[in-house]
Amino acid sequence: MKRGSIKTVTSLLQMQNIRKQYPGVLALSDVNFDLRAGEVHCLLGENGAGKSTLMKVLSGAIKKDSGTILIDGKEVEFHSPADSQKAGIGMIYQDFKLVPELTVAENILLGNEPTKGKSPFVDFKKMNEIARTSLTQLGEEIPTTAIVSSLSVAQRQIVEIAKAISKKVRILAMDEPSAALTENELKNLFAVIKKLKQDSVGIIYISHRLEEIFEIGDRLTVLRDGKYIHSCNVAESDRRSLVRWMVGRELEQEYPKIELKRGEEILRIENLNAGILKDINLNVYRGEILGFSGLVGAGRSEFARVIFGADRKESGFIYLEGKEIYPKSPREAIDLGIGLLTEDRNKYGLIMQMNVRENISLSNLHDVVKGFFINRSKENSVADKFTNDLRIKTPSIEQEVENLSGGNRQKVVLARWLFTKSKLLIFDEPTVGIDVGVKYEIYNLINQLAKDGVGVIVISSDLPELLGISDRIAVMCEGKLTGVLSRSEATQEKIMTLATGGNLEATHG
Amino acid sequence: MKSKHLGIWLALVVEVLLLTILTSSFGSDGSFESTFLNWSNISQVIRALSFIAIMAIGVAPVIISGGIDLSVGSILGFSGVVTAVLLNNGIDIFSASIAGLVVGLLSGFVNGILVTETKLPPFIATLGMMSIARGLAFALTGGETIRNLPPEFIAVGQGAILDIPIPILILIIFAVAIGYFLKATKWGRYIYAIGGNEEASYFSGVNVGRMKILVYTLCGLAAGIAGVLFTARFGVGQSTSGLGYELDVIAAAVIGGVSLSGGRGSIIGVIVGSLLMGILRNGLVLLNVSAYWQQVAIGLVILLAVILDRKTKR
Repeated sequence: MKRGSIKTVTSLLQMQNIRKQYPGVLALSDVNFDLRAGEVHCLLGENGAGKSTLMKVLSGAIKKDSGTILIDGKEVEFHSPADSQKAGIGMIYQDFKLVPELTVAENILLGNEPTKGKSPFVDFKKMNEIARTSLTQLGEEIPTTAIVSSLSVAQRQIVEIAKAISKKVRILAMDEPSAALTENELKNLFAVIKKLKQDSVGIIYISHRLEEIFEIGDRLTVLRDGKYIHSCNVAESDRRSLVRWMVGRELEQEYPKIELKRGEEILRIENLNAGILKDINLNVYRGEILGFSGLVGAGRSEFARVIFGADRKESGFIYLEGKEIYPKSPREAIDLGIGLLTEDRNKYGLIMQMNVRENISLSNLHDVVKGFFINRSKENSVADKFTNDLRIKTPSIEQEVENLSGGNRQKVVLARWLFTKSKLLIFDEPTVGIDVGVKYEIYNLINQLAKDGVGVIVISSDLPELLGISDRIAVMCEGKLTGVLSRSEATQEKIMTLATGGNLEATHG
Repeated sequence: MKSKHLGIWLALVVEVLLLTILTSSFGSDGSFESTFLNWSNISQVIRALSFIAIMAIGVAPVIISGGIDLSVGSILGFSGVVTAVLLNNGIDIFSASIAGLVVGLLSGFVNGILVTETKLPPFIATLGMMSIARGLAFALTGGETIRNLPPEFIAVGQGAILDIPIPILILIIFAVAIGYFLKATKWGRYIYAIGGNEEASYFSGVNVGRMKILVYTLCGLAAGIAGVLFTARFGVGQSTSGLGYELDVIAAAVIGGVSLSGGRGSIIGVIVGSLLMGILRNGLVLLNVSAYWQQVAIGLVILLAVILDRKTKR
């Protein structure tokens, strides 16, 4: 640890020996963390490592059992989020805390509305001015009178940041800010972060995408199982060592790829038109992993929805194992042998207040029903089997999925689809917000499925991931299929060219 | 499951104990007597609350699926009046009763269609039905009370088998049937899933529309059963029967732990919730509390029971 190299810098924030005990779990065990003004300090760790708990302690949302928090060397005690906000700490959570029905300016100044003199009436002109100043500081041109629900995810995030800045934050914690952003929006976010650094704001950056750490981070701290593992300058680390600190063991490679033998055709799409989808032609084979790339809004999820019966096609043909099919609901698609792991597992995948057992059997209750009634012992053994096979970390199959971590939740959804014994499985962004260790397990599972003769389609915005696991990569742009690349010919550049509507011959001819 | 709703059981025990003490007296020979805790009063109380309880059992799946049904009181009135009018026109008891049930079932089915096909919020759809069913009940009778029903029919509401009043027997059968339906069949599972997360249920292959139609139809049927029994119990067909019952019904379900935001609830809870409400009403009468203050007391108990339940959960 060569931390002494910059001796003159004093810490803006120091968290020392922070400890937090939950019933049955030691969430934080004497964790240390410090942040300097004008730096981006990345906080790393797998799901359940304690990052969120540490941030909640910092935000005043939960109380630490012991340990001290110092700001500018002075000890502070937070009893509520209001206390920490007063101390100049801002938090940007994965799920935004904006009021969708209000305007941009109203959101930015929520709780701090400027009034006309001493009257209780809001001075909207002034409000819009202040909001605009905050936004220009970030180099953003979002109209201050726009309703937040009409904004894109990236714009909403900027509004969140502007809201934090308007409160003159000195410490800004960002939890997975990149999860819902496209490549370009991410560049924009990094530009904003650089501006904040110049203004001496200290930034805590949490992300599962390691390449982002190397791009934007100055220093990093790794937590594992609630314990402090390591801190160093980003420049002194590499991908391999990061993964080792996070997982606690050596992963041979990030993307375990096995040699697969392509079988017969399982899915054939001919001249498919539906919504934004225009004239799609595509074949998928048993025993292969077909990656699906494209920018957000290119039509990848829409494609999945049509195959899965959630949206209707307008024209064209879908053949499953050579037979024409026309699923008109997910139920029909499932009965035909098609499965879809939806993006956003919390919103479209899981029933939060149901337990692990009930979530696993939901799509295929048919197989555990005896006469009129659900056969509980059979359902239990199914749930037990998948919980063991997928190594789902849960105290019991009766645990409500609400209480599981993101990776384990995704495994529950996976178990559900494995139990339906699908012939064709579509994964839509299967590893968003999931840590390296569980990602590795999911890749292995996808490999195993393909090996067992299942046709696998993986939709992902994570290019290294797609390149790492796919046998072929289909690229979409504005509803059209712009190309299908084989594993050997696919590169990030080629995919981006196709995804932005470019022509491969023109660039490589 | 039961331990999750400790509060509501506790409230019921406290209520019963309190009423027993307040209504008991000791004879000079040391004999114990309570106007509350004796078989004839208890069976009367349960007979009286069986209508509310049957409807609460019907409305529970609706609320668990994330919906609401405000029309149950009106459907009770409508079904009861249809049966009474048919009986008065010489239709046999069996057919007239079945007709009452079918009227309830169809009203519920219409609710289901409105909610799934026109995508009306359940609150609005069933508010409309609440007015329509009540209006039809009045139109059918011209507001007149229908009397002189056959005694064999009245016996269904007032009689008993093995000392147990028939409405209570029907309540028990209905509770067991719906309880099993919710907890042990895949359709029951789907109902909880829809209330928990409708989108996710759809993507998991649950036929959301069909299940919703089913729960509203079932709820209508429950109100129909209550309507026919109500007419038999009081021996008259009145278009005002069940007026305002929807609130008692929903209160009983919610006190019993059915979550208004959907996804949670059990039939055993609903039964306890109905008991809590019914016993309270009876107790207040036995204690000679005026009708006005009864209302206040019931409101307070509803609030208390739900607060207690929230506190003891987890």
